[in-house]
Amino acid sequence: MDAIQMGNYGAYVWSCFGLAFVIVLFAEWRARLRHKRVYQEIEIRIKALEERE
Amino acid sequence: MWKFFHQMASPPHFYRLAGILSPWLAVPGLALIGYGVYAGLFLAPMDYQQGDAFRIIYVHVPSAYLSLMAYVIMATAGGIGLIWRIKLAHAVAAAAAPLGAAFTFLALATGSIWGRPMWGTWWEWGDPRLTSELILLFLYFGYMALRGAIDDTAKADKASAVLALVGIVNVVIVHFSVEWWSSLHQGQTLMKKGGPGMDADMLYPLLAMIFGFKLLFGSLLLRRIRTEVLFRERRTKWVRDMILSPEGGA
Repeated sequence: MDAIQMGNYGAYVWSCFGLAFVIVLFAEWRARLRHKRVYQEIEIRIKALEERE
Repeated sequence: MWKFFHQMASPPHFYRLAGILSPWLAVPGLALIGYGVYAGLFLAPMDYQQGDAFRIIYVHVPSAYLSLMAYVIMATAGGIGLIWRIKLAHAVAAAAAPLGAAFTFLALATGSIWGRPMWGTWWEWGDPRLTSELILLFLYFGYMALRGAIDDTAKADKASAVLALVGIVNVVIVHFSVEWWSSLHQGQTLMKKGGPGMDADMLYPLLAMIFGFKLLFGSLLLRRIRTEVLFRERRTKWVRDMILSPEGGA
């Protein structure tokens, strides 16, 4: 219980750690998503060109 | 030596190398962060003045370091791209900007949350450290907006590199603001003369968090550079060969 309350600073401390977790997770998700999108776009374009040739 | 740098700056070589290196940075980074979070929250003793609120430094300090480090990487890469016309350097700069903005926002938000119980206010406009860090966030936004506003990649690279180089002055101001002016923000603790002014039980989790964040940042940066390289090189033969190969290259 003490670890949650943090001497009445719990809301401040836990919100900071929570925010850091969310931002790191968001950065990770964005990096994966953008790579996937770019890769798929290039793949579609190249395969379409191959079929035309 | 030059051959090594030339090889490193080659997009296909870097693309493959970054793919291999990225997890090797992420795994120890996450392990260090795991230790730092546990030790910072539950093992480090309470500060005699700030109580448990001091534990906010375990996320605030690493993110503040990264906010500056990302900008230095961005400006240096932009400068290298401008002077030596290395394409990869501009990709590095473009990839570093969103990460730098994210960690600058985190540093500002956690600093503000810490300031409420300690200073009695969420924000103090007269404080040079806070204001210069906010300007840093605006510089990141400006950099990204400038890149987004110019369709021609080569022109966008040049214009944004100039902006990044001009903005480096602000990084110096952020760093020395607590020494040059009277500030609510505390002075140097880790890098002060005579060694860090912290007890080892508080210091080790902080160092673990700083290095853990740096490794994780390195891993994220490498992956973002890979994507940037892939996008810029989308019409080249090596990308075509990689995508059509049976193994792919994701």
